[in-house]
Amino acid sequence: MNRQTPQIPIVRMEHITKHFPGVLANDDVSLELYPGQVLALLGENGAGKSTLMNMLVGLYRPDSGTIHIRGELAEIHSPQDSMALGIDMIHQEFMLVGNMSVAENIVLGLRDLPLVPKLDEIKARITELSKRYGLQVDPDAIIHDLSVGEQQRVEILKLVYRGADILILDEPTAVLTPGESRDLNNILKKMLSEGKSAIFITHKMDEVIEFSHKVQVLRRGKTVNTCDTKDVTPRDLANMMVGRDVLFSLDRCPFNPGGIKLKVDHVTVDNPLGSRPLLDDVSLEIHRGEIVGIAGVAGNGQTQLTEAITGLLRCNKGTIAIDGRDMTNATPLQVIKAGVSHIPADRGAMGVVGDMSVGENLAMKKYRTEEISRGAVIKKTFMRAFADKLIKAFTIKTPDQDTCVKFLSGGNIQKTILAREIDSCGGVLIAVYPSRGLDVGATEAVRQNLISQRDKGNAVLLVSEELEELQMVADKIAVMFEGKIMGLRNVKETNTEELGMMMAGAGSVRREA
Amino acid sequence: MRVVVEKRDTRSKRMAILIPLVSFIVSLMLGAIVLIASKSNPLQAYGAMLNGAFGNARRFQYTIVESLPLLMCGLGVGIAFRLKFWNIGAEGQYVWGAIGITWVMQFWRFLPVPMLLPVGLAVGMTLGALWAGVPGFLKAQWSVDETLTTLMLNYVAIGLAEYLYINKWKAPLGNMGTPEFPREAWLPQIWGKVHAGIFIALALVVLLWFLLYKTRWGFELNMIGKNPKAARYQGVSIKRNIVLAMILSGAICGLSGSVNTAAIAHRLTKGVNAGYGFTGIIIAWMSGLNPFASILVAVVMAALTTGADALQIAMKLPESMGEVLQGLVLIPLLAGSIFVEHKLKFIKKEAA
Ligand SMILES: Nc1ncnc2c1ncn2[C@@H]1O[C@H](COP(=O)(O)OP(=O)(O)OP(=O)(O)O)[C@@H](O)[C@H]1O
Ligand SMILES: [Mg+2]
Repeated sequence: MNRQTPQIPIVRMEHITKHFPGVLANDDVSLELYPGQVLALLGENGAGKSTLMNMLVGLYRPDSGTIHIRGELAEIHSPQDSMALGIDMIHQEFMLVGNMSVAENIVLGLRDLPLVPKLDEIKARITELSKRYGLQVDPDAIIHDLSVGEQQRVEILKLVYRGADILILDEPTAVLTPGESRDLNNILKKMLSEGKSAIFITHKMDEVIEFSHKVQVLRRGKTVNTCDTKDVTPRDLANMMVGRDVLFSLDRCPFNPGGIKLKVDHVTVDNPLGSRPLLDDVSLEIHRGEIVGIAGVAGNGQTQLTEAITGLLRCNKGTIAIDGRDMTNATPLQVIKAGVSHIPADRGAMGVVGDMSVGENLAMKKYRTEEISRGAVIKKTFMRAFADKLIKAFTIKTPDQDTCVKFLSGGNIQKTILAREIDSCGGVLIAVYPSRGLDVGATEAVRQNLISQRDKGNAVLLVSEELEELQMVADKIAVMFEGKIMGLRNVKETNTEELGMMMAGAGSVRREA
Repeated sequence: MRVVVEKRDTRSKRMAILIPLVSFIVSLMLGAIVLIASKSNPLQAYGAMLNGAFGNARRFQYTIVESLPLLMCGLGVGIAFRLKFWNIGAEGQYVWGAIGITWVMQFWRFLPVPMLLPVGLAVGMTLGALWAGVPGFLKAQWSVDETLTTLMLNYVAIGLAEYLYINKWKAPLGNMGTPEFPREAWLPQIWGKVHAGIFIALALVVLLWFLLYKTRWGFELNMIGKNPKAARYQGVSIKRNIVLAMILSGAICGLSGSVNTAAIAHRLTKGVNAGYGFTGIIIAWMSGLNPFASILVAVVMAALTTGADALQIAMKLPESMGEVLQGLVLIPLLAGSIFVEHKLKFIKKEAA
């Protein structure tokens, strides 16, 4: 950490206030970023972090307050304005155009683009940059063929390509695997060593400690603390964010599994595009009152496994049974009626309907039941009461239940999905990266919720990229690699090394050891 | 100074009402320019139109009668539009409704006469539903693009109707059109020219509003239209609902054709494809797919037609002027819808 001589901040936001209907998202917030520094911006879900940063890139305009860039008053009305000032941002939600190629996405919106861009030159430049920063991306790939992690790499490459020197990163690692996060972090270090400055939003405390020079914490739109990173511990930070002690401990009953609830038997799903099947002869059993974790690097078949179980993906071979009843290639509705809840990996594209209200989104699973409907008619009063109950139980931060879900903060969108799926769980809960984008408090709550479902006798399948999370929550861990299950271990009888080797494709580690 | 288009942070209800209103005024002004260019006094011309559409009871009735098929077709296509299924085949479905009721009236003489009307309406509705179900099924099963299929099927239906009234079903006397329906089987008039179809149309408005906003099915259609991937994940069958929605959509457009035929022409004849199905698309779009708002939009569009007739007579303007003015209403309204989500911002450039 190089000491900075006193100098003018490269970014200075003063007394910024921003209202949305029913919410005061930023309340007199001031912020300073010095050249060459990294400022970590922390806070609970809905604290106003993304909003504050969106004002720096011209997506929102402050109601009041001023922004100075390199000491000069700046009026930023559009992303083009901010780019002209050398500011660029990786957004929490992807901003890529799905049916265009990587190269096209990278140059999209550049100001000095000629009418007919020379795509060859652009591609050459992309290839050169991806080599320099160790970012493997095929410039010709079409965005919606890429995994979430790869898409994030494109976002980073876009940032590098445009060459801004003030970088804003809104939870860039939330959708990345630990390995990918490390890569990103190295790239970031490289960029900083080239003299760039960054504001970094994250819920991962170790990243804060590793990267940032300074920390600023927001709570309910206000700054509650600003300090040097070297003076704080992760625990202090968690306290500042939530305003109380966060207990890092989970309550659970002793492991006492019942009969088999969900049985996946030799399931194969062919890959229409490639040779290696998406799922390759996968077998797995989950008992009542048990949490089985699935570990593995993203893209090794975890999502496909959950989609095969929930009826969203056709199995070519093998069978799936719930309570001994055959559910192979059942419709999604049949699977839901069999009591399966599903927290999907892709919250924006699948988890919610952004243009419908929070209340409606919460009711999307139970609207068929007596709790909300009478026959074919939805009872508005029942639905409202139901939604209010969940909003309270899961502390979803929203002005009211009639607000469109897309206006919620990233973490609160995730909480909306969690609330709906956990509440409607009738025997099997499939949770894919459930704690993505959640703040420390909410992460604890979700993990506790998964465990409560298990204690109630439900079968839980938890897909996660964080071994730590799996070891904390799961009873057993299965590792997936290239569409296969490499092995199933009791949590107590395995360790990080063994799991890590299995994730890299080593099958029978134990026997050799 | 420069002007930029900024996305609104939030969408406001007030703007959703204010913007169409302003757009309408803009289109009146555009129309005024055209009128001045063709050497007429715009105030006088608009006065004549207003008078022509609502000036006395008879004209008012005529405007209402004109608005009914527009309203019903608007409601019909609106259902498909909820799913982002672009049914532009309302015209053909409407024609099938007219064919259906004519078929019953002309050939189902084994029925007692009082039964002809209800059975005829039901058959017309069914044929419209089937005709719309086909592109729905093609889309659901093999993702065949619906804009193309629904559009093409219009011309098949219109061609068939022409063949029937010119040739196959032609009345022995006269050179065009089928025999007139038995008088007892006409849809009765209830107030001057206004016929009982108005009850059917208004009942449909209430029914659809209930269906779309109060029932589980309406909720599912809303989900599919706004995020099909999420809907599928919540167990809603997209294929099944596309077919169902198209069947309902076609049934309403078909009913509209039968009602109008039973009330006005009383036979299948030239003019059966009067373009109600196409204008219905505009009605659905401008009403924001809201059944109650469709009433207002349908009346305005009908008034533009009836008013344009008056314009022609009172101002000695060419017939096409009416169509020009109708077109001018649409452009600002469609352009205006951009500003529900975006706003203009004027920025003063400071001296650097
Ligand atoms: N366009 C919008 N319209 C209405 N309200 C909004 C809009 N954008 C954000 N908000 C509200 O402003 C508040 C702050 O949201 P913001 O996205 O800044 O939170 P955040 O700190 O980034 O949270 P997270 O960690 O969950 O991403 C939230 O209550 C949110 O509902
Ligand atoms: Mg955010």
